This record gives sequence, structure tokens and C-alpha cells, in this order.
Amino acid sequence: MRIFIFLFIVLQLNSVYAGVEFRQFERAELEARYNVLIDELRCLVCQNQNLKDSNSDLAKDMRDKVYQMISEGKSNQQIVDFMVERYGDFVLYKPPFKTTTLLLWLGPLLFFVIAMIVLFRIIRQRTQTESVEITAAEHQRAQALLKSTLKKDDAS
Amino acid sequence: MIPEFGQFALIMALIMAILLATLPLIGAAKNIPAWVSVARPLAQAQLLSLTVSFGCLVYVFIQNDFSVLYAVNNSNTRLPLEFRISAVWGAHEGSLLLWALTLGVWTSAVAVFSKKIPDVMIARVLSVMGFISIGFILFILVTSNPFERIFPAPLEGRDLNPLLQDFGLIIHPPMLYMGYVGLSVAFAFAIAAMLAGKLDAAWARWSRPWTSIAWVFLTLGISLGSWWAYYELGWGGWWFWDPVENASFMPWLVATALIHSLAVTEKRGSLKAWTVLLAIFAFSLSLLGTFLVRSGVLTSVHSFASDPERGLFILIFLVLVVGSSLALYAWRAPEIKSNTRFSWFSKETALLLNNILLVIATATILLGTLYPLIIDALNLGKISVGPPYFNSVFVPIMVPLVALMSVGVFIRWKQDSVQRVKKHLLIYLLISLVLGALSTFAMPTFTLGAMIGTTLAWWVVLNMGYSFKQRFKAKGISWDGLKKTPRAIYGMHIAHVGIAVFTVGVTLTSIYSTEKDVMLTPGGSYSLAGYDFKFAGSKRIVGPNYHGERAHVIVSKDGEMIADLEPEKRIYTVQRSPMTEAAIDAGFFRDLFVAMGEPRGDQGGWALRLYHKPFIRWIWLGTLIMGFGGLLAATDKRYRKVK
Amino acid sequence: MLKVKFLLPLIAFVLLVALLAAGLSNDPRKVPSPLVGKPAPDFKLPLLNDPTVTFSPQALKGKVWLLNIWASWCNACRAEHPVLNELAKKNIVAIVGFDYKDTNAEARAWLKKLGNPYDVVVTDQKGLAGFDYGVYGVPETFFIDKKGIIRYKHIGPISFQDLDKIVIPLIKELQAEK
Repeated sequence: MRIFIFLFIVLQLNSVYAGVEFRQFERAELEARYNVLIDELRCLVCQNQNLKDSNSDLAKDMRDKVYQMISEGKSNQQIVDFMVERYGDFVLYKPPFKTTTLLLWLGPLLFFVIAMIVLFRIIRQRTQTESVEITAAEHQRAQALLKSTLKKDDAS
Repeated sequence: MIPEFGQFALIMALIMAILLATLPLIGAAKNIPAWVSVARPLAQAQLLSLTVSFGCLVYVFIQNDFSVLYAVNNSNTRLPLEFRISAVWGAHEGSLLLWALTLGVWTSAVAVFSKKIPDVMIARVLSVMGFISIGFILFILVTSNPFERIFPAPLEGRDLNPLLQDFGLIIHPPMLYMGYVGLSVAFAFAIAAMLAGKLDAAWARWSRPWTSIAWVFLTLGISLGSWWAYYELGWGGWWFWDPVENASFMPWLVATALIHSLAVTEKRGSLKAWTVLLAIFAFSLSLLGTFLVRSGVLTSVHSFASDPERGLFILIFLVLVVGSSLALYAWRAPEIKSNTRFSWFSKETALLLNNILLVIATATILLGTLYPLIIDALNLGKISVGPPYFNSVFVPIMVPLVALMSVGVFIRWKQDSVQRVKKHLLIYLLISLVLGALSTFAMPTFTLGAMIGTTLAWWVVLNMGYSFKQRFKAKGISWDGLKKTPRAIYGMHIAHVGIAVFTVGVTLTSIYSTEKDVMLTPGGSYSLAGYDFKFAGSKRIVGPNYHGERAHVIVSKDGEMIADLEPEKRIYTVQRSPMTEAAIDAGFFRDLFVAMGEPRGDQGGWALRLYHKPFIRWIWLGTLIMGFGGLLAATDKRYRKVK
Repeated sequence: MLKVKFLLPLIAFVLLVALLAAGLSNDPRKVPSPLVGKPAPDFKLPLLNDPTVTFSPQALKGKVWLLNIWASWCNACRAEHPVLNELAKKNIVAIVGFDYKDTNAEARAWLKKLGNPYDVVVTDQKGLAGFDYGVYGVPETFFIDKKGIIRYKHIGPISFQDLDKIVIPLIKELQAEK
């Protein structure tokens, strides 16, 4: 029901296709900045789309705003701040680095460190393992032995 | 009558699944041969029931039976026949039935193609799959019945979502589901081995071909989805790091790790506990994906009309399946003894590193995908985690993986010496760097990213050649030797070359693609990356269930005509939704792509989006090569022999 | 024989399930406004009844008021309208209507037909002022206290249930403040 209601609210639903627009820029550098910004800002009403890929009314308004601010000579940071002030961090596809996103940004590094410790321990253990290669026959016998002890364990 | 018959068949399938999940398992535990032997026939009976049920739904769509709600919501009399059939799996209910059918197909395949595996083992495997089947069929019957009637029946249906009226979408879901569900086989083997307390190399050997085949389907399924998004959505992108894409990519990464660790477990009897855990993870992630896509906890372009009630059902199912397997693992794994010795410089270590990097990559994607959920659950607001995050964390993990992979293929099991390979590695590194630099200089501008990407690709290809040659030692490559080389060896080398091709595609497309939104009046032209796009005008078109406008764009280079592109903008009559049909001139080295925007002015002008995408085909070519390699490996004769 | 090492996957899974269960009760599409706790952005917009006259929230300083964003093209607003009428009857708060991206003729016809709960209605035909309020869906309702600070934003239509459970208690609370 909750989501059902929401379907009524969004400004325009059929917005999955690209919003192609024609804009003129004074310099190529401004156009490049514009393209990066509309690529990394999120359209709020869409199903996970950036401003560039959405054709919703809101995305169009937001693109207009980005274009306008770029033309006025605003910096990327100013434009991003402007959007965040109004819509929150949600508009940023690249989450800012702060306390609440600490784990997000450092997570991969943390995984890597843990993995390296584990790897190091496994290798140390394996290189120090005394067991020598066993023949297939021995292997089978060992398996049989293991199995019988397992059964005993289960029974007890 | 047909819909009721379909529903009845589904209930029959449920009964078969319940029998399959219980009888053989009890039979195996209590040593009742008769109960063990019903497993195979039950698997076939289940597949039959599911096929009948699915067939009934297809019939409903072909016949335009709008007394069935699901058909009303997803079909229309003017929808072409092929799309009426694919509309069956175009939305939640039907796609779930396809899921169940796919599971039925895999279960039956295991029953048929595992004649040489002990009956008791197969009975357990089929039982585990039967248990999963119960969950999904119940899910369909309880929350998402595609056969539900509507009264009074409307005369016309609401049509299939126009985005899904496409060839790519006819085959993408079945392929993907074959992959997702195929991972249940390795999972079932792992669980069965744990239940039996026999976690030796045998189960690894049995599940290897199944895992490879599932991996091939998954690879092709994901790749098809990416290809579809590229040409159908008109954004020119091929991967968006959308939660639903991530949901398919995570099982792929873990399945890739599993394929490698299964090799270690089978060949060396090492990493046994770890391999079991990976088999559980791979399928669990595919179930998690189902939850993410269908519960509505995350927003995604691809998600189904979601419903928290369905989410709750899958979550409970997830807890039962994954929770009990991990509990079983916690109980059984400590019994596993793997005491094989290997040195720090050995194939074992290389494959362990491969596994670790793939798992880190998976964990990272999982973290990024779920992080908005974590923040929201802790009441810290709402954030978005998108492509800029994923690209920046994922690439640094993949670069070392690809670099190491090339070494891993030829170093020896157990122990190798650095001395042996040192010279070779240095020379090959040097050659790769030179070739990488030359490749990069052939591009419009020199960038470090392209240099790294192409060098890596050369490094992989050269090492695969070297590794393959190594197999023949001093004898040299002979026809006889080539014939004797097992298919799996070919498969492995080919699949890795696929990675190299893929790497080139990704790197060069990301760096050198250019695009431009332009406004052209008939006769006007724009030059992009050396290509002249001339807009010749547009005309009205009328299709079976849409009308629209078709532009004619002539592309030429240095005065020579290259392509006639006819992008369309369609309005689908029933859903009244606009759609862009991009026109693409595909080439081995570049794609030219035109999508239509809005009409401009009163002189027939249009806003058009033009793209030049170098090497983008290499992305899908790479995945095709990987898939082909996987197929060769899976069909190796060695797996069909009894040990 | 249980070892902690082998229990770790299960523990991690339990945490994951807790997270997913919590996720089920959240709506991923309701984005909280960062404006809550900040001064309500100022605007000067023409009145619906008389476009030659402009209105600014400065006029409401020292009062508790609601800013209700609506439009005649918005289906959910139609569902919300009777609730607003009900609230207006109670006469406990000033309601400013904010007609978003609409035409005056249609908006007037809508109010004539469904009743006018608003003390004043301003029009934002281009959605520029709406931008400052971070409007992303209609209807949305902002609750502003006596100091001109936004205290709460209701996203989506207010239901009769919301009226009793959220809206009226909050208004009373804000009115009680100095």
C-alpha cells in the first residue's frame, strides 16, 4: 500500500529513457563539467537514475539549474552544495566522506586487511604442515577410519 | 479451464517437491533403498507438472485470455506473438514461475546426468533441490499466483511494458535464471556432502561441471542484460551498478571463485571447508538477489512491482535455506581435515588469492548495495551509492586479480620456484608494457588508464599462450598432443583470454567514448570523433501497437558514406509511454549510436544524442569467449567418467 | 565440536537478515528533507486570486503555519484535499497553499469544486521557489514554527489517520512553544 500510494506522487513515471537536450556552452570545459555533474547527481523521483539518463520533469528542472549555475560561473562544489542543501546527500551518487559513510569508504580496505591476515595465517600453517603426500590407498584408508570414528561420535 | 488446469499442475508440482524433499532424504538417512530410488522419478514428475503449468500460462497469453489478471496487466491483443510469449515472464508472477520451471529443469538434469554418482548421494542432492522448489512454488501459490482470474474480464489488456518488447528480453531472463538457479546444484551437492559427512574430493568432482555450466549461463545472462540495456535504454551505457545488476553480479563473482576453489579441492584435497562455504554463498547470493529485486527495499530501474509482503515471504525462505545451511556448516565444517601442504609460491596460493580477491570484490559490492539500507535502518537519513563509488573501489581490486591470474595458470601445484619463472615473467612483463604502450599510442590521446588496461590485456594473452605451450614441454606442439589435451585445459585458457578481451573493451570504451546532444534541422550535420552525422529528416511511422517518428541520419567519414541510421521515437498506444529506439551501427572497433530526443522548432528539427563508442563490442565479445571457455571446461570427458 | 571460526558466516547472516527485515518497513523512495531544522526559505510569489499581488512568508512571522504543495494535475492531492478541508475547519493553524507548476485557471476551478482550505494560495508556475524547498513530489507539506523554522516535512498525501496521529499533535506542540 505504502509504495502503491507513492506511485501517485511521483511527477512523471514514464521517464526511463534518456532526456536528450540541446545546450550551448561558451567553452568545452564548461560542457565537460556539466556532463560530469548530471552524471553524478541523482534524480530524486526516478528509480535509481542520474539526471542525465532521466526524462522526468524534476530531472529536467535540475539539469536546467545545473546548466544555469554553470553559466553563472559557479564552481562544481557550489552546485553540489546547492543541491545537497535542498535534497540532502541522497542526490549524490558519490556519497561524501563523513562519519556515517566511514564504513562505506573504508570497508573495502578493511576487507583487504582482514583477508591478508587470513591469507598469511593459512599459508604459514600450510607451509609448516608436517604431513607428507599420502598415496591414494592410504587416503582411502584414512577416510574409512575417519568415517567409522564419525559414526561412533554420532552414536555417542 | 486452462488457467485452473495450470494452477492444478502447479499444486501437483508442489506435492512432487514435498515428496522429493522428504522421502529420499529420510531414505538416505535410514537406509531405505526404496525411498532413495523414488528421487529420480519424482524429479521428472515435478518437471512435468511445472512444464504443464508453465505451458498453460503461455497458452493464456497466446489466446489473449483476459479473464486472467496477470495477462490483463501484461499483454494486449495487438502485441506481436513473440512478445505475447515473452510477456509470460515480463513481470513478477510469471517470471517466478519461470524460476520454478528452471529449477525443475536443473533438478531433472541432475537426475538424468548423474547416473554414475551413488544413488544415496543423488537422493540427498535432489532432496535439497526439492526443498528449494517447495519454497518457490509456495511463494507463487500464496503471494503471486499468475493464474488468478478477474471478473468481469476486460476486453483488452494493458499491454506489456514497452521496454520489455524486445528480442533481448525474450532470452535474457531465461538465461539469467538458468545461471541463478544452476548455482543451486553446487549448493545441493555441498549440503548433501555435509549431510552425509563425506566432505572429500568426490563431491567437488561431481559438482564441477554443474558449477561451470551454471556459470556459463550466468555469464551470458548478465551479458545479455547489459547488451539490452545498452541498445534499448538509449543511454549508451552498458553497466550502471544498479542494485539489480549487482544482485546478478555478486553470485557471478562468487561462482567464479567457486569454480577455482573446486579445482583446488578436487585436485589437491585442499580448501575443503572453504569450498563448501563458497557453494553456499553463491546460491545464497542468488536468493538474496531475488529478495532485493522483488521486495522493494531498494529502488532500481529494473525492479518488479514490489510488495513488502512478498519481501517478507522471501526473507523467511532465505532464513530457512541459508540459515540452516550455515548452521549445518558450523556443525560439520570443524570435522573437515585438510592437511595438504603447499608452499607460499604455488598454484594453491595463487588460487587462494584469486578467491580472496573475488570475495573482497563481492563483499564490497554487497556493502555498497546495502549501505543505503543500513543508513536508513539506523535512522541516519538517506544516501545514494552509485557508479562513482563502485568504479572507484572495484577497479583497484580487479587490476591485481587480472594481473595475478596470468601467473596462476602456469605455476605448479604444491611448490614452484620463483627462480624457474622469474626470467619468463620479466620478459613477458616487458613485452606487455611495450605492446600496451603501442596500443595506447594508437588511440586518440595517451592516458594512463588505457595504458594499464591494454598492458594487462596483453599480459593475460601472452601468458595464456605461454602456459598453453608449457603443457607440451620439450616435445613441442603436435597435432596428436593437441588432440590429447583435455577440453578443460582449452576451456580454461580460452576463458581467461575472454577476460583480456573484456578488459580492453571496458577500458577503451570508458576512456575514449564521446557523446553529444545536438539540435539538427533536416539537412544539418554534426561531426563527432571524425564522423559526420547528417540529419536527413524524419517521418511518421505506425507500428502494431505504437506510432511514432523515425529519423534518418546518414553517417559518413571523409566524405565516404558509412551507415544509414534510423532511430525511432515511439509512443505505445496502450500505456501511452514514449520510448526511444536507438539506431546503432555496430563495428568491431567502434559503435555509432543515435537516439532521438524531442522535436525542436517548426522546421522539422530534432534534438538528437550522438555517441561514438570505441571497442564497446569487445565487452560482450569477451563475455562470449568466457562463456565458450566455460562450456568447453564443463563438457570435459573427465567429468563423465567414474572415478 | 563447534568452533567460532565456522560460526562466523552464520552470525554475519543473522545480522544481514536483521538489516533486511528492518529494510522491509522503510520506504526507499521517501527522502527526508535536509531543510528540517532550518529556516523556511523565503519567496515572493503571486497570489492565485490576484496575480498582481505577491505574498511572502515574512507576513507569517511569529505564527505556526503549514506550507502545502499541491497542483490540480496531481491525483494524490485529490485524495488529500478533504483532509485539508477538515483541518481548515478546526481553525488551529494557518495553511498556505503552494500551487506548483500549474495554470491559474485550472487551480481556481479545482478549489471552486473541492473547497478551499487555504488561508492564502501562492502560485509557482515555473517551479523555481519549489526548487528552494526541495520539492520532488506533490503533495508535500512543510510545518513551520513561530521562529520560521521548518520542523517537519510530510511527504505524500496526508490521510485522515495522519491528521489525528501526526498533524494535529504536532501543530498543538508547535503552538505551545513560545
